[in-house]
Amino acid sequence: MNLSMKWLSDYVKIDAPIHDFCEAMTMSGSKVEGYTVEGSEISRVVVGKVLSVEKHPNADSLVVCMLDVAQEQPIQIVTGADNVVPGALVPVALDGSTLPHGVKIRKGKLRGELSNGMMCSLPELALTLHDFPYGTEEGIFLLGEDCEGKPGDDIRPVIGLDDTCVEFEITSNRPDCLSVLGLAREAAATYKVPFVAPQPKVQKETDDIKNLLSVEVQSPELCPRYVARMVKNVKIGPSPRWMRERLRASGVRPINNIVDITNYVMLEYGQPMHAFDYKYVKDGKIIARNARPGETLTTLDGIERKLDEQMLVIADSEKPSAVAGVMGGEYSGIADDTEMIVFESACFKGSSIRTTSKKLGLRTESSSRFEKGLDPETCIPAVQRACELVELLGAGEVVGGMIDVDNADHTPRTLPLTPEWINEFLGIEIPTGEMENILRAIDFKVENGVITVPSFRADIETKADVAEEIARFYGYNNIPTTTLRGSAQGHLTERQKFEGVVSRTLLAQGLSEIITYSFISPKYYDKICLPAQCKERDSLKILNPLGEDTSVMRTTTLPSMLETLSRNYNNRNQSALLFEIGTEYTPTGDDQLPVEKKQITLGCYQDGYDFFAIKGAVETLLEALDVKDYDFVQKEDDPSFHPGRCAEILVGGQVCGVIGEVHPRVCLNYEIGTRVYAAKLDVDLLYENRDHEKTFVPLPKFPASSRDLALICDEGMPVATLEKTIRASVGGVLESVKLFDVYQGAQIEKGKKSVAYSISMRAQDRTLTDEEADAAVKRTLKALSQLGVTLRA
Amino acid sequence: MKQAIENIRNLAHEALESSQSLKEIDEIRVRFLGKKGELTNILKQMGSLSAEERPVIGQLANEIRAKIETEITSRISQLKEQELERRLREERLDVTLPSTRHPLGKQHPINQVLDEVKDIFLGMGFSITEGPEVETDYYNFEALNLPKDHPARDTQDTFYISDNILLRTQTSPVQIRVMERQKPPVRVIVPGRVFRSDAVDATHSPIFHQIEGLVVDKGVTMADLKGTLEIFVKELYGPETVVRFRPHHFPFTEPSAEMDIMCFECQGKGCSLCKGEGWIEILGCGMVHPKVLQNVGIDPDEYSGFAFGMGLERIVMRRYNIKDLRLFYENDVRFLGQF
Repeated sequence: MNLSMKWLSDYVKIDAPIHDFCEAMTMSGSKVEGYTVEGSEISRVVVGKVLSVEKHPNADSLVVCMLDVAQEQPIQIVTGADNVVPGALVPVALDGSTLPHGVKIRKGKLRGELSNGMMCSLPELALTLHDFPYGTEEGIFLLGEDCEGKPGDDIRPVIGLDDTCVEFEITSNRPDCLSVLGLAREAAATYKVPFVAPQPKVQKETDDIKNLLSVEVQSPELCPRYVARMVKNVKIGPSPRWMRERLRASGVRPINNIVDITNYVMLEYGQPMHAFDYKYVKDGKIIARNARPGETLTTLDGIERKLDEQMLVIADSEKPSAVAGVMGGEYSGIADDTEMIVFESACFKGSSIRTTSKKLGLRTESSSRFEKGLDPETCIPAVQRACELVELLGAGEVVGGMIDVDNADHTPRTLPLTPEWINEFLGIEIPTGEMENILRAIDFKVENGVITVPSFRADIETKADVAEEIARFYGYNNIPTTTLRGSAQGHLTERQKFEGVVSRTLLAQGLSEIITYSFISPKYYDKICLPAQCKERDSLKILNPLGEDTSVMRTTTLPSMLETLSRNYNNRNQSALLFEIGTEYTPTGDDQLPVEKKQITLGCYQDGYDFFAIKGAVETLLEALDVKDYDFVQKEDDPSFHPGRCAEILVGGQVCGVIGEVHPRVCLNYEIGTRVYAAKLDVDLLYENRDHEKTFVPLPKFPASSRDLALICDEGMPVATLEKTIRASVGGVLESVKLFDVYQGAQIEKGKKSVAYSISMRAQDRTLTDEEADAAVKRTLKALSQLGVTLRA
Repeated sequence: MKQAIENIRNLAHEALESSQSLKEIDEIRVRFLGKKGELTNILKQMGSLSAEERPVIGQLANEIRAKIETEITSRISQLKEQELERRLREERLDVTLPSTRHPLGKQHPINQVLDEVKDIFLGMGFSITEGPEVETDYYNFEALNLPKDHPARDTQDTFYISDNILLRTQTSPVQIRVMERQKPPVRVIVPGRVFRSDAVDATHSPIFHQIEGLVVDKGVTMADLKGTLEIFVKELYGPETVVRFRPHHFPFTEPSAEMDIMCFECQGKGCSLCKGEGWIEILGCGMVHPKVLQNVGIDPDEYSGFAFGMGLERIVMRRYNIKDLRLFYENDVRFLGQF
């Protein structure tokens, strides 16, 4: 909402400097976004009177003028314009003056003749023909009779460039403040000065509307009130300068007197108005009804709109002429030949206007006001004001009488005034009388402890709403600041600490944390080579995505990680070691919330990085998380991973994730020209399987015995099998099993491999004897032989 | 003979003086003190001496042996010392050469600042909770006093999964979930990601992070709201931070406010950072709307509370002077490495 300060001054007297005014309004709840002082870009431009116009001695297309600008001597200015005549008053930019868009004017010579400045055209002053219809866009702007000024006067007030326009951000609960009067009321209450709402009056009326027009409201629910007045013998023409200036300051383009009046009233009262050309109202009958199936209407913007039965239209006896509250029809608008008009000042149901506007994809100044829910009590003052302005502008003769189809509920809302509760709620102590004064200043009635809410304040429903009114005029910043009473334990949950460990452990290992989008493109599933029919492709689809790239909720975090690695690779970053704690979304059925599972995703590329590096990162993480029961099981059929370099991670016997070298085909899809390693782990499963109960084990007092075993087994046998067997057969005295060599070559039979382990054994309560250690080795070898594993000769 | 012994002592001394290695010293020991060494050789001739001379010469020989041995020991330690000094000289490093480093991972700047915010609120007795990112219309809107046709819904461009299921546009639905499962007193913050259908540019992202806060108890006042949030911003931005509360509107709080801090660039005079306003908007807040309390079965006559919500990205952007929001989600390691 743009507010003209000149317009505001019609209704409330504020003397504060503009900056203070903006500050004060902001602090009382009408947020100011900024303000513009009109003409602030213009300096040293004055009214000049043309004394003489002579041909330029050296140029046919130029003339040399003498001008009176109230200096000691007339000044000489050369111009190329051909409309300058002696006696005319013109805007003169003097030597050293500035014009809009940073233009600076200096004196100089034109073809040998001195020019002490410049006479200005409308565009040079950032004006248009809408501002001065009698002007011209090419030549110099010759000031008309409406410009009161004498030579030497500052041009700005003379051409009306002396208003200040304040831009407000009005919240959706205050449609009443989308108007000059609404803001005047707020300003008056802010500055504790009087404000009285105007009572528009029509002086002279002819004829009676009832002889010309009837209004029928078929859908009173969608149209609680419909008020109409008429004007005949309309004389279409430009509206006066003051009106055009105010419209311009408010950001509305002047059109003609009737259209300007409807806009002016909308800005002043917040009530959208519509003017129909009476000759197109067939049978003089206006009907507010739901649109019929298949009905269409070409709106003012020339687009044919398909209407549906939920939409309210304003029709005559034949067809619709406006989408109620949204936009008028193309043919029924005001034209130069309009003779008689109908002013519509109605109240439409906000939610219905909002739906209609959305369906049509058509949001107008009118619809955006109606959809917030307007006050049915404003219909009459607004239409009266329109008629008053018609008289004032001499734009026609107001027809007597008014049609008012009123189905609105006029019961005023009342609330008890609860000063004690309000003081306690806000943490302040102000007397009841002061509260009453605040409320009365914004047109609430307070009698015997009962508040009557004004009709334009539909947002006031509870005592908390009343408290806000008190608070904002008392001043939010006058409310003291106190700390919370009572005790409360702020702490992280077990689970939150667990996630903290995840993050810290990975960071400590040199992996950096990333954050990626939750939605991805369905094509990303192709990029990670998921088969056409697989359950991971079944994702939640966004009905209104920004684009295909962000149209489904990811069921796997892997593509987001690969996308990030790809971006880094293609940005020529030599290495990237990354992790994300992010969510996967698994659908559970139509209209059901999905399962949201947090995943830890690792992704790495770096010179010399390999499968065991990422496996190490994961194992270190598992150690930090106290997850002890885990297994890496070779997995050959994960489509996203290298079939020979991929493992499923089992935790507590359940599949918790996957780890491996990313499949070269996938790397190709992501345009990554190096080996990439990735892993993914389910946070819930890790959390459930943590074994964080710790008991101290005394440091060993007795020496360990160690034995090295070189074993021969089939080359395909996972060493994990060997290790498990060793662990199981050595039993309780086992301290550690460490693989220190895997060898295949000359001395080893083809198809076999040699695996060497160092086994350390220790008892807590005694020195282990050689016999005991040997027995354990013997047991182990026996168990291993069951698997076809032999001791290397 | 006495002369010969003295001579040996001198020769040994000279030999040791010029010796340069342990090996040489060993040879000297053998040469003078060994079984076939010179001193032994001389002592073997003791038989030819008189009874009076024998003890004198014997004593002298022992003294000389002891002296040579002492000299050998001291020469050894001298040489070792020299050897150590040589090694230390040779081992001199240019300590300004690059180090061998284990790479350090960097936490995402958003989460770094989030952790800071969490710490501040933990210190004020708040707990931390999370909620689902895919939400029902009820929790995201209805229960927060934003019925289906509420005009304020337009200001939050929502991604829909179905008529009833959507991507939450705010962390506020978690307020409802918390109050449904926990009776007052409630003191909680809710960090999380939220979604709005804003096209991506330098200042808009369809995904961003919010931190929601909620306090419900008997006798919670707007003064408490102001006090709590003032402590928070002063912790975050420094004790000299100037704060103001300005009326605003949110459907789920009443009274509602926005909290601004005085622009730290221009001290309120107005500059490009604060877009000439002199103040920078930090968060939205207010007293929990009685209808919201009713929706979760809390009696607004018995309890009151306040809630607040802030965008995390903007805090991080201001802190590090980051002008482009997209950098957060591109995760270039050169970006992440800076924080």
